[in-house]
Amino acid sequence: MKIGVKVMPRKEVLDTQGRAVESTLRQAGRKLNACMVGRYVILDLPEIEKTAALAKAKEMAETVLHNPLIETFELEAL
Amino acid sequence: MSLPVGVLRFPGTNCDRDVFEALASQGARVEWLWHADRFDPKGYRALVLPGGFSYGDYLRSGALAARSPVMESAREAAVRGVPVLGICNGFQILCEAGLLPGVLIRNQGLRFIDDWMELNLVNSQPHFGRRMTAGIRTRLPIAHADGRYYIEEDGLKRLQDRGQIWWTFAKNPNGAVADIAGVMNEARNIAALMPHPERAMYEWMGGTDGAAFFDL
Amino acid sequence: MKSEHAAKLKTYRLNESEYELIARLLGRPPRGVEWALFSALWSEHCSYKSSKVHLKKLFNKSSRVLESFGENAGVVDLGEGERVAFKIESHNHPSFIEPYQGAATGVGGILRDIFTMGARPIALADYLCFGEPSAPRMSPLVDGVVRGIGGYGNCVGVPTITGQTEFHESYSGNILVNAMAVGLFRPGEKIFLSKAKGPGNWVVYVGAKTGRDGVHGASMASESFEADSAAKRPTVQIGDPFYEKLLIESCLEVMKEDLVVAIQDMGAAGLTSSSFEMASKGGVGLSIHLDRVPLRDASMTPEDILLSESQERMLLVCEPRKFERIAAIFHRWGLDAVTIGEVTGKGL
Repeated sequence: MKIGVKVMPRKEVLDTQGRAVESTLRQAGRKLNACMVGRYVILDLPEIEKTAALAKAKEMAETVLHNPLIETFELEAL
Repeated sequence: MSLPVGVLRFPGTNCDRDVFEALASQGARVEWLWHADRFDPKGYRALVLPGGFSYGDYLRSGALAARSPVMESAREAAVRGVPVLGICNGFQILCEAGLLPGVLIRNQGLRFIDDWMELNLVNSQPHFGRRMTAGIRTRLPIAHADGRYYIEEDGLKRLQDRGQIWWTFAKNPNGAVADIAGVMNEARNIAALMPHPERAMYEWMGGTDGAAFFDL
Repeated sequence: MKSEHAAKLKTYRLNESEYELIARLLGRPPRGVEWALFSALWSEHCSYKSSKVHLKKLFNKSSRVLESFGENAGVVDLGEGERVAFKIESHNHPSFIEPYQGAATGVGGILRDIFTMGARPIALADYLCFGEPSAPRMSPLVDGVVRGIGGYGNCVGVPTITGQTEFHESYSGNILVNAMAVGLFRPGEKIFLSKAKGPGNWVVYVGAKTGRDGVHGASMASESFEADSAAKRPTVQIGDPFYEKLLIESCLEVMKEDLVVAIQDMGAAGLTSSSFEMASKGGVGLSIHLDRVPLRDASMTPEDILLSESQERMLLVCEPRKFERIAAIFHRWGLDAVTIGEVTGKGL
């Protein structure tokens, strides 16, 4: 089963990519309130059952895929 | 009095002053072209996009710079046949802008490489290095993390058939497809390479093979 | 009353004799945000209170030494009109907590100490001490620090040309990350100092907006490292080498046009240390309007604003009539430039 892990910068932490992309998007008069840039990781796991897959993905996200000091993550079953 | 050469500058470009001096040393009149401003596409006899980290390489290398106002004018100039040279980040910007085929991705070894490379001239370039003939070898430094040229199979065949491959690495440092270090467009007025000719201008730099690129 | 006082001292990491000195200097007990200001300014990272006595023993007097202790970097005369600025500084604790950003912001900070003098940075170097490879976290620490140095240095466009790396068990619980930068003054280029001068001159904030980076981070170095550094969480300071490059170019441009009376970077303890140090060195006072500081986060308190360690910011003093040109240059490079205060007479 595939689990998607969305890793985003913490709200209070400076998002350097988001800041740069925001300024380019605003060129040519485009309007937007903000832009945040993160990472999306797709884990293709051997677990067939959703709860088990999410649990495995959670462990990977917590220990490897995200840096808790500066990032948060969300999981979704795909 | 011939038209000046324009050197494009984006926020984060850092090889701009070296390129300016390289061109001036070969006798050209050089002007800066700022990223936020349009320019007269008929006003320059050549354009150079230097290397560096425009916009910090954020989103994708060259992606944000490619969408600058100055690139709209550069596109108009290129369409009219004005010679355009892209070096390193300049190569990335030209690909992102669709002015050259293919894309530069992360080096195969995933690390930034800073080294001198032997290069083979595959097809001669009428504007940048015009005195160099196909088959010669040159030695230039590279300094990049996203220098691996990639193009899909059909695209590669087109490049090969139409003589658009400019330089190849004698010893491929980054996994570039077909060892490609530089390419040109079909009309041969737009050319770009990953190595830095402006860093091989004098013996004290470690080599002088770069000077020929700026002899316009 | 006594335990409240003791608790307050503990919160702000001041000891009793420091408190008494503060009360003597102010002529009254400290109040409100002053606690946080003294805590930051008198912390190890800002004041080098433990190291100062040893640093003062270093050789620093010669006809070739143009700037030394008291300024942001040392400047040495190379002859023929060329001068070189250089400095090395530690960033051990931030690197121990978040190795990539700790090392990256170490590089950023040392670069700012160089170009704040008016010198174009031309080289970076590092002196790194790590522990046993098998020590807890050591492998990710080494990896993060090296990637942070490379990631920031390469992107900002200043080559990292040399350094020294050592491994010894004594560093297993306390790595050392020292970053050095070298800058060049070409003949005719002026050396800029950080002494605020001229009552009526404007105090100008330039660079990135202020966010919650590192609030209270400066006081961290006064403690010995504790076991669970992940729990010690002021917001991690994030360095942006792209913004630093913009800052280098815009600052060198305003200095080339000689628009600046004094300038200093905002490093440890941010606006607090730069404003107080500039005032102190110049023997003047500054009146700062915190509500004018460009913010990333509108909910920040005055204390947050004063202590924020958001990176890539400078504080400068200029004559009012020069501000328009200064602002035009910074805006062209996509950076904020805002007057946030004035230089006053002799302070308190």
